[in-house]
Amino acid sequence: MTDKFVSIEGIAKRYPGASGATTTVFENLWLSMARGEFCCVIGHSGCGKTTVLNILAGLDAPSEGTVIVDGQAISGTSLDRAVIFQSHALLPWRTVLGNVSYAVTSKWRNWDRAKVKAHAQTFIDLVGLTGSEHKRPSELSGGMKQRVGIARALSITPKMMLMDEPFSALDALTRGTLQDEVRRICLETGQTAFMITHDVDEAIYLADKIFLMTNGPGAVLAEVVENPLPRDRGRTDLHRHPLYYALRNHIIDFLVTRSKNFTAETPDHDPRNVPVIHIGKPGLTIASDVKPEPPREPSWPGLSRPSTCS
Amino acid sequence: MTTISLRLRAGLVSIALLAAFLGIWHLATRASAPVKAMSPEYAKLMGLTATQGKSAMPGPLDVGAKLWEHLKRPFYDNGPNDKGLGIQLGYSIARVGLGYLLAVLVAIPLGFLIGMSPLLSRALDPFIQVLKPISPLAWMPLALYTIKDSSISAIFVIFICSIWPMLLNTVFGVASVRKEWINVARTLEVGTLRRAFTVILPAAAPTILTGMRISIGIAWLVIVAAEMLVGGTGIGYFVWNEWNNLSITNVIIAILLIGIVGMLLDQILARFTRMVTFPE
Ligand SMILES: Nc1ncnc2c1ncn2[C@@H]1O[C@H](COP(=O)(O)OP(=O)(O)OP(=O)(O)O)[C@@H](O)[C@H]1O
Ligand SMILES: [Mg+2]
Repeated sequence: MTDKFVSIEGIAKRYPGASGATTTVFENLWLSMARGEFCCVIGHSGCGKTTVLNILAGLDAPSEGTVIVDGQAISGTSLDRAVIFQSHALLPWRTVLGNVSYAVTSKWRNWDRAKVKAHAQTFIDLVGLTGSEHKRPSELSGGMKQRVGIARALSITPKMMLMDEPFSALDALTRGTLQDEVRRICLETGQTAFMITHDVDEAIYLADKIFLMTNGPGAVLAEVVENPLPRDRGRTDLHRHPLYYALRNHIIDFLVTRSKNFTAETPDHDPRNVPVIHIGKPGLTIASDVKPEPPREPSWPGLSRPSTCS
Repeated sequence: MTTISLRLRAGLVSIALLAAFLGIWHLATRASAPVKAMSPEYAKLMGLTATQGKSAMPGPLDVGAKLWEHLKRPFYDNGPNDKGLGIQLGYSIARVGLGYLLAVLVAIPLGFLIGMSPLLSRALDPFIQVLKPISPLAWMPLALYTIKDSSISAIFVIFICSIWPMLLNTVFGVASVRKEWINVARTLEVGTLRRAFTVILPAAAPTILTGMRISIGIAWLVIVAAEMLVGGTGIGYFVWNEWNNLSITNVIIAILLIGIVGMLLDQILARFTRMVTFPE
């Protein structure tokens, strides 16, 4: 890959365990993302997804290895990497406008009040919360709170968005709407996005690339699945795409059966060269490293896309 | 069915209870028929208590009349042993206010530091654990010896008794600010000082104010005892002085006023607490 916007290079996370031993959540983890790419991480609970995201955000430091974003090794948090928290993490003593303004003033310290307000208002409008500016988080529904979190993250115009199961606490209908919004906003603003999810359909709808992680402890990144669906996919006819079920089955198959014993069954797994899976019509074929893939076609349906072989 | 609000009904019950209490008090202390004949000199010596069977305990009417007298002239000053109740209360409130304010100025910044630093928290913990259970009055001799001024010693005692609840609550409030709020500030690259004022302070404010409310209650409890010890002025001194004068009426009035002022102080802090409390 030529454009590695994010490159996670051999990170490990260990915790001191009971009786002096150390627990290794994961080690020697390599992962990269291109600029403007939407990546989802799927894996069972406790495999270390949040840990990876926190390291990417700079909230947590890896025990080993480095993370390079935009050509620079990260050290600590940055306004370039916005986080949307699972629990929305709004400041309850501030209003909607106050919460978004707090982020805006943090980025642009010398802006005057009116400018901050106008800027914050733009993003509140963007997530469809016009009219609720002066409500406090306690007066909002779960979906509205999550929208404020999205507005807050976007308001600082980050280079990348990190989302830890942002919609898992929402009902299906609200989740759908917010997925649409996040997808639209990310495409419009060219965000690079890293999202953790437990919802396979969410990953299929949103992601360009899906990272599959095995069970912890000692989790590894098993596969990177390229999403064969075209970029301008629609939520409602997603399942009509000829490759949809192949993709879905592949992910579910991994989660249900392969994620448990992946390390034992795949002794020659190279964490530096994680196989990239292209879902093709005839079956599954693996192509690692080299990507003889033609440029993405925006047209629907993506039938003409050839399955690639190594 | 007529629906009378709970508040109104509770108020009515309160008034009824008060009336019952005053009634019983009145009946228990009223003068009964003159007791047996006794020599006039002896009767004079014993006063009304003996001659008319009047209880030594003043009744509500005596207290009421005396209270009215005090309320008419709250601020008179006839020398060191005879000052208006307003003046005495003023002294006590001023001492509590000063000692309490000093405690706030020390406890809250210190609590912030301890709460934010696990090292300081551990290092200072043994000292706090030992100092906290000491009765504030135990400091009095030491204070009198070193400060050599009874009034300032009383203020010091108030300071030392009100600092602990505030300090401990501040430490607890600051240390238990939700991690996710701190993380929000961190991802926004908010500096330490701004983070302290924009995230930690508002998040910990309800806990801190609760500590301040406990402190003001303790300070008001302690001032009465402290003033009994140091003497001179203040409502505590007044109580002791009136006991020496055997004026139970004045003692009862002082008790009543101590209760009312304590309640007002508590209410003020409760209002502040409500102001900083946020719904989640
Ligand atoms: N402070 C800690 N001390 C020890 N172990 C920890 C600590 N924090 C996390 N872990 C361990 O690290 C592992 C990964 O945790 P993490 O929160 O990243 O999981 P996750 O993949 O996000 O799970 P979920 O899907 O349930 O959110 C877990 O097994 C957990 O027990
Ligand atoms: Mg997690």
